[in-house]
Amino acid sequence: MTTRWIEISVGGFVIAAAFSLLLLAFKVSGLNFNADDDSTYTVYAHFNNVGGLKPRAKVTMAGVNIGRVSSIEIDPQWYDAKVTLRIDNSMRNKLSADTTAMILTSGLLGENYIGIVVGAEEEMLADGGEIRDTQPALVLEDLIGKFLSSMGKE
Amino acid sequence: MLDLLQQVGHRILSIVGGLGRSAQLLLAALLGLGYVLKNFRLLVKQIYVTGVLSIAIISVSGLFIGMVLGLQGYSILVDFGAEDALGQMVALTLLRELSPVVAALLFAGRAGSALTAEIGLMKATEQLASMEMIGVDPVKRIIAPRLYAGIISLPLLCILFSIIGVWGGMLVGVEWLGVFDGSYWGNMQASVNFTHDVLNGVIKSIVFAFVITWIAVFQGYDLEPTSEGISRATTKTVVHGSLAVLGLDFILTALMFGDF
Repeated sequence: MTTRWIEISVGGFVIAAAFSLLLLAFKVSGLNFNADDDSTYTVYAHFNNVGGLKPRAKVTMAGVNIGRVSSIEIDPQWYDAKVTLRIDNSMRNKLSADTTAMILTSGLLGENYIGIVVGAEEEMLADGGEIRDTQPALVLEDLIGKFLSSMGKE
Repeated sequence: MLDLLQQVGHRILSIVGGLGRSAQLLLAALLGLGYVLKNFRLLVKQIYVTGVLSIAIISVSGLFIGMVLGLQGYSILVDFGAEDALGQMVALTLLRELSPVVAALLFAGRAGSALTAEIGLMKATEQLASMEMIGVDPVKRIIAPRLYAGIISLPLLCILFSIIGVWGGMLVGVEWLGVFDGSYWGNMQASVNFTHDVLNGVIKSIVFAFVITWIAVFQGYDLEPTSEGISRATTKTVVHGSLAVLGLDFILTALMFGDF
């Protein structure tokens, strides 16, 4: 085993590991250095209740992924949840101003995500536009509460 | 009665003495960084011995553990109709827990024991003593390059383990069982966070590398220079190293992922 071969294999080992780390970063964790890049634009949606929605949840239209939730915060003016959505540029100027958003659940136990349905208006949502026509997340306790009170009336 | 007390005292004194000597050795070896950088060849040689020669066992076990995770995860998730979450499950279990821990355990068995036996034999055949005689510090020349090589190698091996495991999970989940590959990678990317999951796993393996190599070089340096002493020290390296990894893993996991 010559020194040369040892050094070559160590170099290969280190480079293979560095390459794997890059793969882990970009392929596995989907790391994106410029989150505010030009490939997406921002839309805000206001919900009465976001339920179990989390940042990075997907935003879909007709079941197809068109963006991500980037942050969720309380809006102190309206006392509702202001959800920041980053929508792919392919949908820029294609969402009408009366677009509705709802919080859906994938499967019975799955994660919450946002479903978007376009409206009929001519005017389009611009970058930074707001969606106010929304459906909050289904909260099981509320549903059971409503069911019980309607049972009680009968 | 007094004999028993004396035995207990003797045990405790020898444990404390061992801790002290190992800390001294560690400090001296870490201070040998300048010497290691000057004689870079020594470090490269040791990375070859501890790292490159461990690639085979690490990649084979990574592949099989990833494949088993894919199979087991699928059989559980398919009951809930959630087999799309397979990629997320495989990647998170590997990155956060399995690849740092399993790579460290394999490393303790594959490289740690070899380090102990090598240094121990050097001590038993009085190579270390003769080195000192000709004015070469054995801690700088022998211990320091091995310590740094171990600390460098294991994190790299852990990264290789993760990526091969994720690939193995894909092999079983996507190619064999028919999970949609878009949801395998998509769910993975949506749930795996680079700093929180990938970097924390690498930090874990750096800590494990440090502890295992420390134990290995200390056991080799401090052993009784007989054939029996070498075999006892090699066993101790693997046992203490593995126990330290498992114990530290719990503490590190609690620190990294314990805040809900």
